Amino acid sequence: MRPRNRELLGLIPASLLLTAGFAGVFIQHSSALSKLSNVSLTYGAIFLGLTVVGHLVIRFTLPHADPYLFPLAAALASCGIVEVYRIDPTAARRQAIWFVIALILFAATIVFLRDYRKLERYRYTIAAASLVLLILPRLPGIGAQVNGAYLGVRIPGLGVFQPAEFAKIGLVIFLASYLRDTRQVMVMGARRFLGVTFPPLKYLGPLLVMWGLAMLIMLLLHDIGSSLMFYGGLLAVLYVGTGRASFAVVGLLAFAIGAWYMGTHIPHIHDRVEAWLHPFDPHLYAKIGGSFQIANSMFSQAAGGLFGEGFGRSILTIPGFSTPHYLLPAPDTDMIYAVLTNEIGLFGACAVLIAYLLFVARGLKAAVMATDSFSTLLATGLSAVLALQVFVIVGGVTRVIPLTGVTLPFISYGGSSIVANLVLVALLLLVSDRSRRPER
Amino acid sequence: MTGPILRLFGVIVVLFLLLIVWTTRWTVIDAKSLTDNPLNHRALIDALQIKRGRILARDGTVLAESVPAAGGTFNRRYPTGPKFAQAVGYSDLRTGRIAGLEDQYRDQLRGLQTGFSSVFGQLSGSQRVGDDVHTSLDPKAQQVAINDLAGRQGSVVALDPRTGSILAMYSNPTYNNNNLASGSTFDFALQGQRPPGSTFKVVTTTAAIDSGAYTPNSMINGDSPKTISGVPLNNDLNQSFGVITLTQALTQSVNTVFAQVAVHLGLAKMTDYMQRFGFYAKPPLDYPSSEMDSSKPYGSKGPYPPGSRNVDLGRVAIGQGGLLVTPMQMAMVVASVANGGQLMKPHFATKIVDRDGRTVQTIGPAVYNQVMKPAVAQEINQMMRKVVEEGTGQSAALGAISVAGKTGTASIGATGSNLTEPWFIGFAPADSPKVAVAVTVAQTQGGFGATVAAPIAKDVIQMLLSEGL
Repeated sequence: MRPRNRELLGLIPASLLLTAGFAGVFIQHSSALSKLSNVSLTYGAIFLGLTVVGHLVIRFTLPHADPYLFPLAAALASCGIVEVYRIDPTAARRQAIWFVIALILFAATIVFLRDYRKLERYRYTIAAASLVLLILPRLPGIGAQVNGAYLGVRIPGLGVFQPAEFAKIGLVIFLASYLRDTRQVMVMGARRFLGVTFPPLKYLGPLLVMWGLAMLIMLLLHDIGSSLMFYGGLLAVLYVGTGRASFAVVGLLAFAIGAWYMGTHIPHIHDRVEAWLHPFDPHLYAKIGGSFQIANSMFSQAAGGLFGEGFGRSILTIPGFSTPHYLLPAPDTDMIYAVLTNEIGLFGACAVLIAYLLFVARGLKAAVMATDSFSTLLATGLSAVLALQVFVIVGGVTRVIPLTGVTLPFISYGGSSIVANLVLVALLLLVSDRSRRPER
Repeated sequence: MTGPILRLFGVIVVLFLLLIVWTTRWTVIDAKSLTDNPLNHRALIDALQIKRGRILARDGTVLAESVPAAGGTFNRRYPTGPKFAQAVGYSDLRTGRIAGLEDQYRDQLRGLQTGFSSVFGQLSGSQRVGDDVHTSLDPKAQQVAINDLAGRQGSVVALDPRTGSILAMYSNPTYNNNNLASGSTFDFALQGQRPPGSTFKVVTTTAAIDSGAYTPNSMINGDSPKTISGVPLNNDLNQSFGVITLTQALTQSVNTVFAQVAVHLGLAKMTDYMQRFGFYAKPPLDYPSSEMDSSKPYGSKGPYPPGSRNVDLGRVAIGQGGLLVTPMQMAMVVASVANGGQLMKPHFATKIVDRDGRTVQTIGPAVYNQVMKPAVAQEINQMMRKVVEEGTGQSAALGAISVAGKTGTASIGATGSNLTEPWFIGFAPADSPKVAVAVTVAQTQGGFGATVAAPIAKDVIQMLLSEGL
């Protein structure tokens, strides 16, 4: 079967998932059976229509691109729209609009960056822009502090914009481009010291800059998670670019030392670590910004069990208040994985994680097949940064690591998240199309 | 660069495996302890949002209901408050305090959300509503008990001997189940431990006749005092009756006769018959076991096990000697005689009805024990009629309706203190019993079963029969 037809077929299960999901939620919420079937089918059809438009863009511009990336992203997004709808229907409507905007930007990226390698020319501009994006939330007047972390910028009338989502792409582009030029030299001039291979001092600079950047993010944004996501993504590019595991190990050790220092010296990060270690400590549980959220995340997952309570059946709010008091704060963004696990159980949660893993596998396959090192490094970086984002937020929600506020790609509510991640898909498709194009 | 990319993917797979392992920890491995964690309020919130069923009296009076509270939750309200508090109990989800029928039927009141009905409930999108528990409790008889016990500590238990249905159960003092701070939730009828006095002679008589050792006409010396277990035992007022029949002994409540009978029957037989009536065990009542006490003889170091040689058998035979009982147990004793020797399991609930009016569960009559042969029950029935017609129980007589019964006046407190525990157990109409009652008033100054307890029993029986049971 031709790749594009495979892609088109792949969109059908995604749309069916959405239809079934909406049907499930409607069964819980509505009283009229007729309304249920019509409306959920309509939503399913609209979603299928939108993704088919995305598919047609790919069909006409990138005929050789990987056929699984887009359907996987669509399946995850459909899962997200249903879950967000179930939590907050008005948010889901906004999310649907953002999905349309994201598809437009997805198409624009593909059309205008047909030769994505021209990005290399602007690498310093992109790096600078990314840094500015990262610092934006700390600027007085526009920065928005959420739960003690500085991750958003308030845009009047539009909500909170999370610049980090775009910065992660920009920084990967920069590093891929930078390493394309320097990776050979970094390896050639490496010296061994105490059994560990260090790059030559001249090129150690960029590594130090990366580390400094990660520390700066922690210091500025008060967030270990985003910092780990950026830094991990960049280290992955560095490792693949140089082939030296020691660079990654040294880099991680340096990060660990920095994180430990920050964890003991920045009160907000310290609180998060304490909540991670002692979620059921009554004092921490009762404290604002304490362990209430992570403890209830675990309670929510426990209630899900193997098969889950069913779509729409999770208890979300504490009764007795006129405005919603969430039992699980931020259910549609940070905590969406816990709500998902509650409703679709361990099996459902594993299916979601496996979908991400398959997506990452396809992204890395594009990296392997790419014929030039910039493409390889770019695809590696984008895949790694997405994988790490999933790890950071799901790891936080499941208490593998301290909880931090990044979104679950494609699923969480959030305009910047869905837009940035579909642009990321577009870039992976561009790399993949170029590498699979038959030799002329 | 393929090698490092594959290794990178390996690292990512390991990271994702960590996520799956941790998700498994919370959803499966640690799920139970997380669910039971006191900080976890999910089950409570879920329960608060269910409109639990009502508890209803036999005439449809609402004894417990759920009323809407803030945020789609429900609070429990008890329209009759103190009147039925001891039977109904209480349920406060927010503090986790639950007791009585509220506890016993918690699942039914919440609604049996199983199988097809729960799926259908979801499809129809309706609010979750629990099932109603219908009881046999009779508000009018209960009110009679309340009026008659006013100002006195005591307890009334009335049941239908044919089915075991509890008709009235009231003890004074009571409490308001709408406000648990209003008084002690101690329930005399199910937890009170009191000497039954001469009412226990019905048990001794049953053992005597059903075992074949005696007949109602057996002649026994009723002189006073008699030495029992090496200590002299007196009749009331130290009266000697000479040689009399067992029937006469019951009619005049002659202590020395029954003490001799029990000693003659022996420990094994007496223990056997006590156990047949339900002594030594918690009542087979549809009520939380932890809120009921069993009836048994006590020594200085606590209760004696069944068949203990330390029991002062002769004095237990007349309801003294450390024997402590609950009013519910004595009601079971008299109900056995009334129902031809067959003890039915006492129960409050009669049926569980869902919100659409369908009966989802019927709690029908169930036999607990065939205590004695029907013929023996008939003989004891006749003997107990004599008690009311010409003996100590005349104050329970109801004119045209024949009443059978037995009085009791247990001595309590130090010797010579004149503190008594008056009792009356009885049933009516004697030829086809429909009501059986046990009444006790605690710690009176020289009150008698005949003067204090029997009139209360009479009023309750009269009310229940007037309602056309």
